[in-house]
Amino acid sequence: MSLGIVSAAYIVASVLFILALGGLSNQESAKRAVWYGIIGMSVAVFATFTGPGMDHHLLIIVMVSAGSVIGYVVARRVEMTEMPQLVAALHSFVGLAAVFIGLNADFELTTVNTLKSTGVALADADLTGFGKSLFKKTAIEISILKIEVLLGIFIGAITFTGSLVAFGKLAGSLDGKPFKLPGGHAINIGAVVLCCVMGFMYLQGAGVWTIVTVAIVSGLIGWHLIMGIGGADMPVVVSMLNSYSGWAAAAIGFTLENDLLIVTGALVGSSGAILSYIMCKAMNRHFVSVILGGFGGVTQSQMVVEGEQIAIEADGVAAALDDADSIVIIPGYGMAVAQAQQAVSELTKRLRDQGKIVRFAIHPVAGRLPGHMNVLLAEARVPYDIVFEMDEINDDFPNTDVAIVIGSNDIVNPAAQDDPNSPIAGMPVLECWKAKQVFVSKRGQGTGYSGIENPLFFKENTRMFYGDAKASLNKLLGMIKQ
Amino acid sequence: MTNTLTIGTPKERHSGENRVALTPESANALQKLGYKCLVEAGAGVAAGYTDESFRAAGVDVVATAEELWDSAHLITKVRPPTDAEASLLTAEKTLISFFYPAQNDSQMSKIAEQGATVIAMDMVPRISRAQKMDALSSMANIAGYRAVIEAGNHFGRFFTGQITAAGKVPPAKVLVIGAGVAGLAAIGTATSLGAITYAFDVRPEVAEQITSMGAEFVYLDFEETQQDGASTGGYAAPSSPEFREKQLEKFRQLAPEIDMVISTALIPGRDAPKLWLADMVGAMKPGSVIIDLAAERGGNCDLTVTDEKVVSDNGVTIVGYTDFPSRMAAQSSALYASNVRHMVADLTPDKDGKVAHDMGDDVIRSSTVTYQGEVTFPPPPLKVQAIAAQKKPPEKALTPEEKREAERAAFQTATRQQVGLISLGSLFVILLGVYAPASFMQHFIVFVLACFIGFQVIWNVSHALHTPLMAITNAVSGIIIIGALLQVGSANGLVIVLAAISILIASINIVGGFMVTKRMLAMFQKS
Repeated sequence: MSLGIVSAAYIVASVLFILALGGLSNQESAKRAVWYGIIGMSVAVFATFTGPGMDHHLLIIVMVSAGSVIGYVVARRVEMTEMPQLVAALHSFVGLAAVFIGLNADFELTTVNTLKSTGVALADADLTGFGKSLFKKTAIEISILKIEVLLGIFIGAITFTGSLVAFGKLAGSLDGKPFKLPGGHAINIGAVVLCCVMGFMYLQGAGVWTIVTVAIVSGLIGWHLIMGIGGADMPVVVSMLNSYSGWAAAAIGFTLENDLLIVTGALVGSSGAILSYIMCKAMNRHFVSVILGGFGGVTQSQMVVEGEQIAIEADGVAAALDDADSIVIIPGYGMAVAQAQQAVSELTKRLRDQGKIVRFAIHPVAGRLPGHMNVLLAEARVPYDIVFEMDEINDDFPNTDVAIVIGSNDIVNPAAQDDPNSPIAGMPVLECWKAKQVFVSKRGQGTGYSGIENPLFFKENTRMFYGDAKASLNKLLGMIKQ
Repeated sequence: MTNTLTIGTPKERHSGENRVALTPESANALQKLGYKCLVEAGAGVAAGYTDESFRAAGVDVVATAEELWDSAHLITKVRPPTDAEASLLTAEKTLISFFYPAQNDSQMSKIAEQGATVIAMDMVPRISRAQKMDALSSMANIAGYRAVIEAGNHFGRFFTGQITAAGKVPPAKVLVIGAGVAGLAAIGTATSLGAITYAFDVRPEVAEQITSMGAEFVYLDFEETQQDGASTGGYAAPSSPEFREKQLEKFRQLAPEIDMVISTALIPGRDAPKLWLADMVGAMKPGSVIIDLAAERGGNCDLTVTDEKVVSDNGVTIVGYTDFPSRMAAQSSALYASNVRHMVADLTPDKDGKVAHDMGDDVIRSSTVTYQGEVTFPPPPLKVQAIAAQKKPPEKALTPEEKREAERAAFQTATRQQVGLISLGSLFVILLGVYAPASFMQHFIVFVLACFIGFQVIWNVSHALHTPLMAITNAVSGIIIIGALLQVGSANGLVIVLAAISILIASINIVGGFMVTKRMLAMFQKS
């Protein structure tokens, strides 16, 4: 394939990627959109593969096939509740690949420079496409290339380790609480300064060890940065890392002078950035304070919650549901943990069959990924037209007979509105306490992920339905007519 | 068991009283609390509960009232006791009934002297916790319902508008004055029968309740700080003469078109206010009906005669019955007995058939009027104020000028911000252009435009699809495989190895990402 055709294929792929992202504006077009993405990717890979300057075709085929099989198996096996971990883990791959490709670019540069200094002409040099384009570069272009390599490695390494930590925290193999080395952000700043120094030395031609150091140090930054962020902020972190993986790809695109990489990287980068912004807004927090880790270090005194948590058994809940006409269910991470979405779906179905209005209220940051709850409910075959966003449903709570909170805590915390000293003060929350009755399905009396006491649980119209969400709901299902 | 207490319910002595304070159903619940139940023979007949049905529920039916008063420790009744009954209340006995202690001073002190305890069902405070015992509300609810039925009975026309082969029937217009429990019940009944219902109340905060029941709130054009219901325990308070004038003027204006008036306006501890004057009755169409639920306290209408039905000169029927709950004895007995049963349950916290009269309990304290030889009326004010305070007035709506001003200001700041950002960005790009070579700038254009497209496209993605969005962008970011593909052709062994690994993991990323996205999207379904 000639370079022209390859470029044409890249244009097609770029357009398909844009359509793929844009198609997610609604559920129906989204199903088409994912095919655009797949086709775009296939076109891009195939064009590159058959394009000029390619070698080691067999190796490529083996690697792509092996990777595809692994990816396929993993994606098939993973439970929907493990989705956040999977996405985080996949981000780390992009980061690592960016680091490797950046290093490679430098190796190639060294090779080319050696060739140049020995006076070999371009036509005679044993170089592939990338090497040839390197050969033609002027000194200033090479400096720019080096900056791009640095950026790619720096962002890639942060993405890699950061995603690994996010994966660990989401999978539960790492403690969700914020952790910081003594020195905190001073260490991070020091590390960034070190990276800058190394980068400067690299630009002066200090050799490959400098960028390897940059890779290691920025990897440490990524680790330390994400370790310092609490589990509750992981949705923002994951989408931020998503953004980073895009920027890393874009930086590599500059290095390789490949417009497709630049376009796609920029698309992914900006989409991740917006997603992070939307989520920060939903939590009424600044992006910077999320990234620097805010939760956990509350110094001001919070309002003391008075009253007691009143427990209720399944039969009480069943009786109340029997009398209710309008029911709103508020799922949270606890539902995901307990794998209770099927039971919730069955409950919904039975209540709807009795002619009751059942709706779902989804807070933008419920769960550990943006839209996490929507995906789980969809998996359990809850129709999406009864699933509402916070803004759509918040005004309806006063007309709601029963609100059921399943495993969510901070997103239904009235302290966000009432207590200016609360760490979540000002965060928009679902005002479920305005419903006539609220049932909270919860494991025990502990606080939520952010460790904040929830006055909702002490309200007069709140009853605590203790126990594992799935077990409790199954018990409840037994008492509700089919 | 010897120490099990007995609850007895005599037949009501008041003539025309059909209700009874015990039903087989409430007896079952009382027996679960550990009590033995007695009922006087024939006590429930007027309300539709036969002696057999009581026996079937495990209640002992005793032949005479004397026998019952003799063996029962707890007496439950509907009406206040007659003097004869009161004299039977010896020490250790407890009476639960309506008592109206404010109007019943002599009897109250007499009973206190005898050492008996009286719990007045009409003194149950209006707090959320005590709603289950709030017999006044139960009865008012029934009265409101019955009032509409009674009105319909005398009205001689449909409630609902109909267009029939024989002609068009306009819907009846009902005005409910006073939106307490009875008023709201009347509104609900009238609207469900199909009448156009208007309602008036001096407490503006009930407007929301009125509209929620389907009636139209009659607003007065009156500039005065209107009363706050919360300060008077949820009841209405007397209004100023100016307010009253406005109110009457409004009623006068409404009278000719109203077919039925249900008046329920009462102020605690006072005679019923006169709100529907003789001239308004005169202005009404013949055949119209007025049901005066305030008749017991003199009535809201000038022409009301207590306990009687009268017809005015212009053919308007005015009903002044005071026994609406008794006219629906089966329903009102069931509700009243249930209220009493809840009261007894609160008196028996251990469910062991023994009364633990806890004067520290707000509800019990308030409703107890004699206790251990003392008159305990009036009760101290409640610790909890349960009625919602009057809403603060909504923020003043902006005038069009102010709105335009605000919009203009917002537009200006937005413009300023955008212009600032654009100039800053341009400056940066120009600086870049000065130093960077042309080849870089070409790619840079692509980069910046792609960022913009990304921004525009992502804003439209629906919230529910954010997880699939993340998965698909993740898959798409696997495009980095292209970089690795371009490098794998190198002669350098290390480069080949690193590139090959990159290809492998990028492939995992691509295939895994797309697969997961597909799986997620496939699950979204419409109902």
